[in-house]
Amino acid sequence: MFKYLKQLTSLAAMLAVLFTFTTESMAAKKSKTLKNTQKKGFVRCGVSQGLPGFSNADAAGNWTGIDVDVCRAVAAAVLGDANKVKFTPLSAKERFTALTSGEIDILSRNTTWTLSRDADIGLTFVGVNFYDGQGFMVRKSSGITSTSQFKNGISACTNIGTTTELNMRDFFNSKGIKYEPVAFEKADEVVAAYDAGRCDTYTTDKSGLAAQRTKMSNPDEHIVLPETVSKEPLGPVVRQGDSVWEDIVRWSLNTMIEAEEYGITSANADMMKTSDNPAIKRLVGAEGEMGAAFGLDNEWNLRIIKQVGNYGESYKRNIADTGILPDRGPNELWTKGGILYVPPSR
Amino acid sequence: MNFKLKDIGPQLMTVIAVVLVFGFFTYNAQVNMENRGIDFGYGFLSQESSFDVQFSLIEYDGSHSYFRAYLVGLLNTILVSVIGIFFATILGVIVGIARLSSNYLINKFAAFYVEFFRNIPLLLQIFFWYFAALRALPLPQDAEAMFGVAFLTIKGLFVPAFIWQNFNIFFYSIIAAIIAIIVIRYQAKKLQETQGKQTPVLLISIGLILVLPLISFLIGGVRLSFEVPVLKQLATTSFIYEGGVSLPPELIALALSLSLYTATFIAECVRAGIQGIGKGQKEAAASIGLTPNQVLKLVVMPQALRIIIPPTTNQYLNLTKNSSLAAAIAYPDLVLVFAGTALMQTGKAIEIVSITMFTYLSLSIAISLFMNWYNNKIAIQEK
Repeated sequence: MFKYLKQLTSLAAMLAVLFTFTTESMAAKKSKTLKNTQKKGFVRCGVSQGLPGFSNADAAGNWTGIDVDVCRAVAAAVLGDANKVKFTPLSAKERFTALTSGEIDILSRNTTWTLSRDADIGLTFVGVNFYDGQGFMVRKSSGITSTSQFKNGISACTNIGTTTELNMRDFFNSKGIKYEPVAFEKADEVVAAYDAGRCDTYTTDKSGLAAQRTKMSNPDEHIVLPETVSKEPLGPVVRQGDSVWEDIVRWSLNTMIEAEEYGITSANADMMKTSDNPAIKRLVGAEGEMGAAFGLDNEWNLRIIKQVGNYGESYKRNIADTGILPDRGPNELWTKGGILYVPPSR
Repeated sequence: MNFKLKDIGPQLMTVIAVVLVFGFFTYNAQVNMENRGIDFGYGFLSQESSFDVQFSLIEYDGSHSYFRAYLVGLLNTILVSVIGIFFATILGVIVGIARLSSNYLINKFAAFYVEFFRNIPLLLQIFFWYFAALRALPLPQDAEAMFGVAFLTIKGLFVPAFIWQNFNIFFYSIIAAIIAIIVIRYQAKKLQETQGKQTPVLLISIGLILVLPLISFLIGGVRLSFEVPVLKQLATTSFIYEGGVSLPPELIALALSLSLYTATFIAECVRAGIQGIGKGQKEAAASIGLTPNQVLKLVVMPQALRIIIPPTTNQYLNLTKNSSLAAAIAYPDLVLVFAGTALMQTGKAIEIVSITMFTYLSLSIAISLFMNWYNNKIAIQEK
């Protein structure tokens, strides 16, 4: 009798172990970051210390911007509420360490996608939410209208820890111009120093120049030169090693862009459920099992569109209507002459 | 046996605890870095840095290595620390003595200065001097010449550069003067100890350091000329000075705020040192016929220094470490160049931060060792 009991208990133990393994592997498939996020009840998102149009906090501490909207989209998808985001303002220097050390789970901070960043430092770029390029700002009174008028001895203010610092060197070297780089840790100090007259030119991504210009004592005194000296594809970044979380962030962004392509907006998303177009129905969770692979329900994408809106709405709200860059330029859909083109949700 | 265990036990446990804690941190960092695919290594130091630095004491541009960038940052940190320590010491000693002045105005002014500057956070002072100065200084084209050759502008202080001919002969003449002074001092001391004769060592020293280099000019073929900065137009309203030497406003603002801030603490050390000498000492010295100057030089200061040096060492260390606030105003020190830009471009956070910490530690220990040596030298020699 006891003999059997012993065998029975060992069998039960084995089953128990097996069962734990299977549930464990399913949970693991759901991704550790996702699990932690759902347990905490908010998405931990790293943003800039204040760049109008991209990530900027108002007096009441509410964050807005297209970078902020990426995090809100993820929160809507995984938590059901776009407001459940904890924003951490980071300097250019701190941002990657904050992400790799696990202080934040998404870095959505006008960050340029480059080979070395993607490959070297344990990060994965999931997409591009703004196509940008480096430019130069000068005082109108200087009479400079093109970078070809730059001369030896010019001083240029910028941020440290950015691709800007490297591009600046490439640019001035290729033109054979000797320059004085003045690099600050925080953007506000760059603007203050340039505004005071410390530098002849202020260089960073063109969107950044347009946004920072609004902060100057007299914005009309400054112009952004027409030349673009580099490619700066800006996009959200996640830690390497959690491919499910990576996919969630990537497809949250893709959903916003594709929704614009199909004309789905925050206002009409619910009505689109009865659309004849299966591509549209997939985007509002009315067809297919588009959330299961992420461990999410089927309406995750519908929530993004309803709560945050499509990419066009986000751009208009944050960048066009604020007067930063009314013209979408390359950030227009591929169907309308831009280069925004995302893989299909199917 | 029991007795020994009681002795060694706590120490053994402390060592084990320290090893375990460090071991855990190292292991933890290793596991996490492996999980995220981050390589560990110092190989990046020899790679091309590909970023430029505004101000450098050695030849440097982006085609040099990260190690060279590290040296640039380190030298800039040392430069601003040395300038800061130099001016903070002079100002501190003057203010410290002024606080003991019997003149009401001087006394109160010194007290006000100390209380004002030591009670405002240093970072705010740095911002103040930098941005206030930037706003107040003229643009290059509006700058008034100082002494006809130097220009203080928003883009920096432009001073004439020295252009030497046969600089080595001039240099040797200075060395010769210094050696001569050391010999004369030694002889004078001997003379005083054996025969009680006083020699005007200071006058002779000043004479030597002036006359010998002068001779090198007259007969040694040394020539000195100046390259005066010249205004150059970059664009309609944009100018810069070319030629000469330019000191960036970031360096000036940082050195100024560090000196003003640290001088308040040094002033208090000096005051404490002088007040720490009993009144009887001065009276006794006066009673054996020493002049007030000799009382200060031979009786008060040697004893006061023993009180002043140790806390002043602390202030030197503080100043050196505080210089890392440079990053806020774009002065390219070790933290901005190496722990800032280089860290960002390579992503080697642990390596770079560890090197930076080790460097500050070494700098501080070097200052400590020197000051301890000096302190021992002036301490009471038991004979």
